[in-house]
Amino acid sequence: MADTDSVFEFLHMQIVEYIHDVHGKESENNATTKLEEMGFTIGQRLAERFTKETARFKDDLDVMKYICKEFWTALYKKQIDNLRTNHQGVFVLQDNRFRLLTQISDTEEFIVPAAKYLSLPCGLIRGALANLGIPSIVGAEITTMPMCKFTINIQKH
Amino acid sequence: MAVCVAVIAKENHPLFLRTMSPEEELKFHYTVHTSLDVVEEKVSSLTKSSNDPRELYLGLLYPTEDYKVYGYVTNTKIKFVVVVESANNFLRDNEIRMMFQRLHVAYTDMFCNPFYNAGENITSRRFEKVVENMMKQD
Repeated sequence: MADTDSVFEFLHMQIVEYIHDVHGKESENNATTKLEEMGFTIGQRLAERFTKETARFKDDLDVMKYICKEFWTALYKKQIDNLRTNHQGVFVLQDNRFRLLTQISDTEEFIVPAAKYLSLPCGLIRGALANLGIPSIVGAEITTMPMCKFTINIQKH
Repeated sequence: MAVCVAVIAKENHPLFLRTMSPEEELKFHYTVHTSLDVVEEKVSSLTKSSNDPRELYLGLLYPTEDYKVYGYVTNTKIKFVVVVESANNFLRDNEIRMMFQRLHVAYTDMFCNPFYNAGENITSRRFEKVVENMMKQD
């Protein structure tokens, strides 16, 4: 239960730590790219497995709703709290209490270093979307501590 | 009994094709290639009419003199095409559906193999075994 939940969290922390150790020597960017890449392949595989039983998606919005609800619940045990879109290919997913950030203290000084814990989730979203037929660019930002926003920019095919 | 099973990628290039008799492989490449237009048409018409049950199984794509061609598209836009002999009348729609579901499970398992990268040709022996079973049963 609670113990098995934290296994993923701790493993994720170690992965981030390790990748930054090995690839982040020359530049922070290398590590971010590596983590994003890992997330991408994981996301692809997860999407393949999770959507085996679901009905066919109608449009991009339908896919986004799926990501916010089922996909996020499977990954982080909660749904995305807020989904906004400009109907021109930009979607903003807001999680008020993102699970991977809840262990970090909520003071100003940690906002910048905590950003590295968001590269893998970004990759996960991008991978899942890519496999569902939507090429995109995903970015993340932290405003106040356990809250974060993922901005998805769909690349027109 | 299927005479040909094919898996086609998102971008419409073949990932896997297996036929009963290897000499006929080229002919079935043509058959499967032709069926892709029908698949495209069916998928786009299904998504537009919103009250349809949006199933992954597309049913009979088109019959030819000797064969019937069935299709299935996953949510990740991977197409499965199965060709059955027309003479084979006792094969019900439901059985074809089951066949596709088995194929889908086998594909997902294969895809989750860490040594497989998306878009590569399928060489998994376990996947081949599932396909061979589809071709020889009943």
